[in-house]
Amino acid sequence: MRIAFASKGDNRESMLDERFGRAARIVVVDTDSGTVESIDNTAGISAAQGAGIQAAERVANLGVEALVTMHCGPKAFAVLKHAGVEVWSAPSCTVGEALDMHREGRLARLSEADVDTHW
Amino acid sequence: MNGGGSFTVAVASGKGGTGKTTVAVNLARSMGTRVTLLDCDVEEPNCTLFLYGGIITTREVGIPVPEVDESLCDACGECSRFCAYKAIVSVGSAPLVFPGMCHGCGGCALVCPRGAISEKESRIGTVERSECGSVTLVTGRLDVGMAMAPPLVRAVKECSRAGEPCIIDCPPGTSCPMIAAIRGADMVLLVTEPTPFGLHDLGLAVNAVAEVGIPAGIVVNRTGPEGLDVGAFAKERGIPVLLEIPDDRRAAEAYSRGELLVDAIPGWKSLFELLRERTVAMAGGRMTREFRQGRDRRPE
Repeated sequence: MRIAFASKGDNRESMLDERFGRAARIVVVDTDSGTVESIDNTAGISAAQGAGIQAAERVANLGVEALVTMHCGPKAFAVLKHAGVEVWSAPSCTVGEALDMHREGRLARLSEADVDTHW
Repeated sequence: MNGGGSFTVAVASGKGGTGKTTVAVNLARSMGTRVTLLDCDVEEPNCTLFLYGGIITTREVGIPVPEVDESLCDACGECSRFCAYKAIVSVGSAPLVFPGMCHGCGGCALVCPRGAISEKESRIGTVERSECGSVTLVTGRLDVGMAMAPPLVRAVKECSRAGEPCIIDCPPGTSCPMIAAIRGADMVLLVTEPTPFGLHDLGLAVNAVAEVGIPAGIVVNRTGPEGLDVGAFAKERGIPVLLEIPDDRRAAEAYSRGELLVDAIPGWKSLFELLRERTVAMAGGRMTREFRQGRDRRPE
């Protein structure tokens, strides 16, 4: 399966970003092949509004099954839910560590946004 | 000298809390003619604290937001790609609409190849009108939780009346609501305080006003021996200082009671009449050279 991570960097050693909409990059790991790719999310960093929606749209269009993020706001969550992307909440750690925790069933799946808008 | 016919002066500032409303309401009361005061600070309108009059009319204001007919939508995503504000998002299915993000431009409905998007009015706030002696006060009030101030600012500005001077109390800052408020004005009064923060944000406001191409004058509020030299900045930027309002405890006390300074403090009526004269002259393009150079008379 393909999983997206809201991250400060572009590989397994990169830390997760505490923000989703304004995370620097989205790292995508294919758990079957082990390949890692990343896409730029800096449009969100400078967006006046709608950063979370844009990032969620970007993730949804990547064709991933799940997103692992430290936090997710209400608008981004609505878009991801609409697109059928699972949202999993992770503590501050690296992409690789979050991937291990996800595989071991140690992450919590969000059923709603865990932070307020403009958090 | 009276109000001098029809012109529009916008009272703005970079920093909040410098005295825009104080200047706007006291200037309105000092016009000597009928005047319309437009409270365009729609997120926090407070001219009504100083000018009392029963509300005569209240009108709802809305913006058109998209409504999607899912039976017609083929999830092509054109609407989503068009919307710069991400108010409508398509992720491989019928789009999601976020009304609070929508600027009401109607672009999504225009670009939809299937005609699946129509527009419905969504309320953002109200416009109230009240009569307060010689001042007709029009107040824009944005609903709590709404983020889209400019359409409401424009709705308030539609209430200006031909043949009558118009004063606009602008939202603070230099972003879209402030630009929407000053646009079309004959001149802008930039109210500042002689502090580092006040002076810094005055610089931002001066740049914004210059970008829109409107002449500006400066009002320095709460001047005193401790204050920074706003005059030097004004001279450097070639903008006249039209009035200095002294830092005076009586002003703070009157303000806290919701009183007009021109009524509460002896001698301050002439202070604002001077501002009126200079404002009228500047709005009408009739500034004298003495005036520009700050050599005309000062208040006693």
